[in-house]
Amino acid sequence: MFSFESLVDLPLIWFGLIATAIFLYILLDGFDLGVGILFPFAPTDRCRDRMMNSIAPFWDGNETWLILGGGGMLAAFPLAFVVLMPALYIPIIVMLLGLIFRGVAFEFRFKDTGKYRRIWDYAFHFGSLLTALMQGVIIGAIVQGIEVEGRNYAGGAFDWLNAYSIMTGVAVVFGYALLGGTWLVVKTDGETQTWARKSASYAIGFVALFLAAVSISMPIMNPEIRSLWFSLPNFFFLLPIPAASLIMLIVIWRDLHTEREIRPFLLSFGVFLTGYLGIAISMWPYIVPFKITFRQAAAAPESQSLLLIGTAIMLPLILLYVGYCYYLFRGKASHESSY
Amino acid sequence: MFENLDPTFLARIQFAFIISFHILFPAFTIGLASWLAMLEWRWLKTGNQVYADVYRMWVKIFAVTFGMGVVSGVVMPFQFGTNWSRFVDAGSNVIGPLLGYEVLTAFFLEASFLGVMLFGWNRVSPKMHFASTIIVAVGTLISAFWILSANSWMQTPQGFRVGQDDLLYPTSWLEIIFNPSFPFRFVHMVTAAYLTTAFTVAGIGAYYLWRQRHVQHARVMFGMAMIMAIFVAPMQGLFGDLHGLNTLEHQPAKVAAMEGLWETKRGAPLALFGLPDQEAETTKFALEIPKLSSLILTHDLDGEVKGLKEWSPDERPPVALVFWAFRLMVGIGVLMIATGVLAIILYIRKRLFDTRWFQVWCMALTPAGFLAVLAGWFVTEVGRQPWIVYNLMRTSDATSPVMGTSIAISLTAFVIVYIFVFGAGSYYILKLIGKGPEGEPQAYGDHGVDKPPIVTDMAGEKGGQNV
Repeated sequence: MFSFESLVDLPLIWFGLIATAIFLYILLDGFDLGVGILFPFAPTDRCRDRMMNSIAPFWDGNETWLILGGGGMLAAFPLAFVVLMPALYIPIIVMLLGLIFRGVAFEFRFKDTGKYRRIWDYAFHFGSLLTALMQGVIIGAIVQGIEVEGRNYAGGAFDWLNAYSIMTGVAVVFGYALLGGTWLVVKTDGETQTWARKSASYAIGFVALFLAAVSISMPIMNPEIRSLWFSLPNFFFLLPIPAASLIMLIVIWRDLHTEREIRPFLLSFGVFLTGYLGIAISMWPYIVPFKITFRQAAAAPESQSLLLIGTAIMLPLILLYVGYCYYLFRGKASHESSY
Repeated sequence: MFENLDPTFLARIQFAFIISFHILFPAFTIGLASWLAMLEWRWLKTGNQVYADVYRMWVKIFAVTFGMGVVSGVVMPFQFGTNWSRFVDAGSNVIGPLLGYEVLTAFFLEASFLGVMLFGWNRVSPKMHFASTIIVAVGTLISAFWILSANSWMQTPQGFRVGQDDLLYPTSWLEIIFNPSFPFRFVHMVTAAYLTTAFTVAGIGAYYLWRQRHVQHARVMFGMAMIMAIFVAPMQGLFGDLHGLNTLEHQPAKVAAMEGLWETKRGAPLALFGLPDQEAETTKFALEIPKLSSLILTHDLDGEVKGLKEWSPDERPPVALVFWAFRLMVGIGVLMIATGVLAIILYIRKRLFDTRWFQVWCMALTPAGFLAVLAGWFVTEVGRQPWIVYNLMRTSDATSPVMGTSIAISLTAFVIVYIFVFGAGSYYILKLIGKGPEGEPQAYGDHGVDKPPIVTDMAGEKGGQNV
């Protein structure tokens, strides 16, 4: 039975890989969920057709990163998966139902007209909104800590629900709206783009507000996080993260009021990266805060090794052909249904 | 009101409901993807526009079905954690990498190239488009490979050891992936998917022929489907038989339930019909053919077949469900083989495309594959109970520490949402069928742009503006 246990730090590599997969999911599905969140606010149906078409070739691939994040956690850190899933039973199920509604809307809405098409417009919007909200709630619930006894979740059915997790839920909704808005700036022009610039500018204020709220509240709630961020010399090492975040937010806001198209989108990714890093550093080394570290949750080295071979071969290939698809469908989106 | 309900029972119902819905979509898309590749190949080879028209009609149905397959599939891996966490905890070292490989080798491939297949008409060359169709088709098969390997391992586990912490640890990946029931289950399921698609396509083709609509296109659909019925349906009979023998070797209790056989016997009869009674430990009103069961299972008229009483009552599967699902599956299989035989006779008489009663026959069999697939999975999944990992972990020991109330609510939500969403999906598929292959010869998209979706000479041109 082969294992790379003695050669490399398997749990650490897998922690990095899963964290990357989840982050890519947040970015990629983030912008197409964001398009769904902004959907009903678009000025015309023509705009909505364009918005839909701008993500139609990608949404399925984007959502696959969620399966990789979830399935990867099941495979590489099963203990984390089996504690977190029952703990977050209700938000996970609601998120899945949201994903169902928005996913089928891509196919269904172009097959109908009038008021029936309207049903799928709302399915797309509320599905996306609910998904984003629940993902934020899940993050909020996780950072507050999970009750664990032995190898099982030991809390109640509604432990995840409180004002804080609702706030992080709303934060993610605005964050995704920013990603969706800046994506539409890249992928559309004319009326739709003008509106997308406005929507993104609107979202960015809330994003800044919520980022500040989370950054301030996490150290207050947890003394360990407080000492991590505010002890010297850590404070100076970690300062660039919130500073970069702030600078990028300002640049995005300014870019949205110029002709720039690509940079706001890429910098929105940057804002998400700083937020993600901030949370990751605060949670380190826990995968189930503040009970199970990623090392305790790791699968058998043989299992992590086998999957590492496949990942080393397949992940570059996946990135290559996913990149090819984005390149193939470059340019501005049309309002026409395209097949 | 749900306090009295057993969480394990609710979790099982929820899982059965979700996976039964889900399997309908892959069962259709696995076959459809391969058939679309075939159609596109015929089109590129012959230049016959009819193939392209048929492709364009069915690729839309494929897109709707695939979309529903994706969204119902996303639910699946999360179900393992939300409802079967103790199974994942114990078994993930073995089963996790198989699921991981499915994502890495199949899901991204399918999702990415489906985009090219649907939206890439005037952005890539016809060859690249054809390649995308093939990649999607291969992706569906790779996906089936891994998930059936994982399922088969749960049926016939090997290649592992039980650690001191009661968790399972892999000892041989080859033994795990190619466990004893996997090759049989894989071949049987993929063939079933091909037949499901063939009989759906046959039914729709027969409907057009019957109504005298789109006759050219209908002949392609109907003709190609009949080839499958003639050659593949009998092969499936053989594959099913081999799978059954494999089950007899590794899961004899399941076979005993399939046969409704309680007493271990030499020269066991085959019960055509009967009412298995779990309490009374007998199959009532059995209509039996002497010795046939022994002949089929042991290839010997006096071979010994183990009855259910060999196992204690708490190790027996629910017999009636397995017994009846098995008969439904086999019955449909027989009808499929009969369709092939009838097709040969009509073909020789040169009446294959204009025999009205045969068209009605084929229309009636449109959903046959779906029913057979569901029935087959009920046989194998109910028949392995009470085990989630055969002879190793009981289903009742596998559930998550989640309250029955939560599961009852989520189950209700799933039922309502699935019926609404997938009902709508079926409606749109029926609409596409009603429209037929010539539905929109000119109108490209919803806004009537006059440009055909397949524009071969646009290959060199830089990408059109339709995303």
